[in-house]
Amino acid sequence: MSIFHQLLAKPWVTAQARIDDFHVGGTFFLSPAKLGLRVFLAVVTVLFTLLIFAYGMRMELEVWRPTPQVSLLWLNTVLLVLSSSAMQWALFSARRHEIDGVWIGLLAGGFFAIAFLGGQIMAWRQLDSLVGFNITNPAIGFFFLITALHGLHLLGGLVALGRATTKVWRGFDVAPVRLSVELCTTYWHYLLLVWLVLFGLLFSGNDSLGILLSICGLR
Amino acid sequence: MTDVTPETTSYLAPAEVEDVELYHPKSFVTKYIWSQDAKVIAIQYAVTAIAIGLVALVLSWMMRLQLGFPDTFSFISPEAYLQLITMHGMIMVIYLLTALFLGGFGNYLIPLMVGARDMVFPYVNMLSYWVYLLAVLVLVASFFVPGGSTGAGWTLYPPQAILAGTPGQSYGIILMLASLALFIIGFTMGGLNYVVTVLQARTRGMTLMRMPLTVWGIFVATILALLAFPALFVGAVMMMFDRLLGTSFFMPQIVEFGESLKYGGGSPILFQHLFWFFGHPEVYIVALPGFGIVSDLLSVHARKNIFGYRMMVWAIVVIGGLSFVVWAHHMYVSGMNPYFGFFFATSTLIIAVPTAIKVYNWVLTLWRGNIHLTLPMLFAIAFIITFVNGGITGLFLGNVVVDVPLSDTMFVVAHFHMVMGVAPILVIFGAIYHWYPLMSGRMLNQAMGHFHFWVTFIGAYLIYFPMHYLGFIGVPRRYYAIGETEFIPLSAATLNEFITVAALIVGLAQVVFIFNLVWSLFKGEKSVKNPWRATSLEWQTPQMPPAHGNWGKELPVVYRWAYDYSVPGAAEDFLPQNLAPDQVAIAKGHEASGVRAAAT
Repeated sequence: MSIFHQLLAKPWVTAQARIDDFHVGGTFFLSPAKLGLRVFLAVVTVLFTLLIFAYGMRMELEVWRPTPQVSLLWLNTVLLVLSSSAMQWALFSARRHEIDGVWIGLLAGGFFAIAFLGGQIMAWRQLDSLVGFNITNPAIGFFFLITALHGLHLLGGLVALGRATTKVWRGFDVAPVRLSVELCTTYWHYLLLVWLVLFGLLFSGNDSLGILLSICGLR
Repeated sequence: MTDVTPETTSYLAPAEVEDVELYHPKSFVTKYIWSQDAKVIAIQYAVTAIAIGLVALVLSWMMRLQLGFPDTFSFISPEAYLQLITMHGMIMVIYLLTALFLGGFGNYLIPLMVGARDMVFPYVNMLSYWVYLLAVLVLVASFFVPGGSTGAGWTLYPPQAILAGTPGQSYGIILMLASLALFIIGFTMGGLNYVVTVLQARTRGMTLMRMPLTVWGIFVATILALLAFPALFVGAVMMMFDRLLGTSFFMPQIVEFGESLKYGGGSPILFQHLFWFFGHPEVYIVALPGFGIVSDLLSVHARKNIFGYRMMVWAIVVIGGLSFVVWAHHMYVSGMNPYFGFFFATSTLIIAVPTAIKVYNWVLTLWRGNIHLTLPMLFAIAFIITFVNGGITGLFLGNVVVDVPLSDTMFVVAHFHMVMGVAPILVIFGAIYHWYPLMSGRMLNQAMGHFHFWVTFIGAYLIYFPMHYLGFIGVPRRYYAIGETEFIPLSAATLNEFITVAALIVGLAQVVFIFNLVWSLFKGEKSVKNPWRATSLEWQTPQMPPAHGNWGKELPVVYRWAYDYSVPGAAEDFLPQNLAPDQVAIAKGHEASGVRAAAT
């Protein structure tokens, strides 16, 4: 029964009480951990959406100077795609009960994620050393802020990944590790998606957000 | 009301209900300090919130002393006055009300009311409290750093919030922003628990529509908070960047004493949008748990089912949704496009519809109820009156043409204190008088309680009714002293003195309340089990106060909604949610006829 359907129930009616008496379990067919992660991802989505809105709003005000191009971001994007793919590999392996594959997938996922973070720091430095760098330019401020927040989320994910990897290292069976791997993989794919949206809209140098705003009639 | 005849469903085994693995504390430290038990965490939240709330109460006294008797207290400088306003507002709204409703009542009541052993992520729940405590400590630290706490106003509007000349510009504002960010991180940890526990950890038979409205209120308010707090988080972090790293998100080109500052190109309005995208839902984050709790208090103490339960649930959900599309009614004077003003005025007025439905339903619940004027009931009725008062002045302020002249006057102060200060606090008091026996096993002292109620209720009106008038005649808010102003009569000063005296007395009544809380813990009359004869699950635990794990060996099974009061034909005037139909005692004279409920 959908959640909207449930809201229509009249709990005081005897016929409804007979149905309700047999209600068992949660509202969704999900483990609490999976639902918890989804709720958290909803919160993070709001966070980044607000940042994109703020970016867009600022673009429309006064003189707007876009962020200078940092080509390293393309390489970083590839690293994050590789990290996410490795996590997917770990998940496939967990489903096939291949503990070695889980091990390799998690380690590779972690390695590429750390490489991505290193790449982002290098991108900061590149930007910093560019001629015309001016911290008061809001576009540059947004670049630092948004990449830092995205990086912090990935860093938090690395803590969870570290815990899952430790479980595998200690010789846990695949079954108890599987949930951790599933959660980490979902989180990784999500952060990749967020990065692709942020990179595509704000930092790829194509003025994608400006075009989107024009399409929506806001520019 | 459900059928009370034994012919319907008989005993249902709870075997299929998934149980949670609990952390069992082994020492004093893990039981009461680093506790993972939601009930202990709730009390930790409540004690911390009330403690910091008392600090904010003292700050308000000092503000009132200055307004009532200007040029009398040398220790209240103009800068200090701004700091008092800022810290009083921020503490009351965020660190007291939000934390107490969601962290306090949410933690205590959700698992018990839905029939769970604990929250679904107890460890994260524990972290939530400790991060909240850290946020409070960081905030308190700002009183003691050089320059003192920030005096930017609780809305922290840039550019003045981080410019020289605003008190606390050096460290106070940094600590305030850091504290807010910490609070939001801590709340998100707790909020995930509240939402997932309500959705996934309900016991057998506990459908969503069998949940008490208290849980509905806290649940929807938590969702609002989870979606609204990121806006404040983003705003706080961006302002922190502006202050510490020299970015210009919110800082335009500024010339100070003939010199151009390092900032340029930022938009102060952007902060206002972010702040109020959080700020308006925040009103409902505080109000919705209050709505839910007051519904339950009215039903229990009027011995009657809540009128229009479904409508009450829908109203909570609709108010929650609408609260995200009204934020800019706080910004009518910011120079925004008049069409926006029209849109936001309309959405603001629409929100009055579900709110009015709730008020009608509360009153209709009382209609022909068996009203017991207990302390929780007194506070609940006082809430309805106060909320209607504050809500109606909100209709005035929601209209652009009325808001523009009144926006910077004491009328606004009176309005928001009535609707989101006094009203929610009255619910909190009612809730504490109601659930104190459950939490402590003892009743609160009645005489002290009545003193507390009447002084608080009447006193609040003595403070805020005259304040509306002050606003009408043009007394501005946020001013340290108005001095001799042509259009303000001298009687305004007398009225200010009167308000100050009333505020001091109401504040002292809260000291009596705190004393009652502590005194009753040791000397209060011992409570019988379920003293209010309530139906909801929190009163049906094997022990009172509930033990670790809440329930005995088996989780309760729910057979009815939470409002089976005065069911026709039943011997008792309440049927607990976990009472099986075949265990319902039938009243004399109804055995032969096969009792049926009338209201189906």
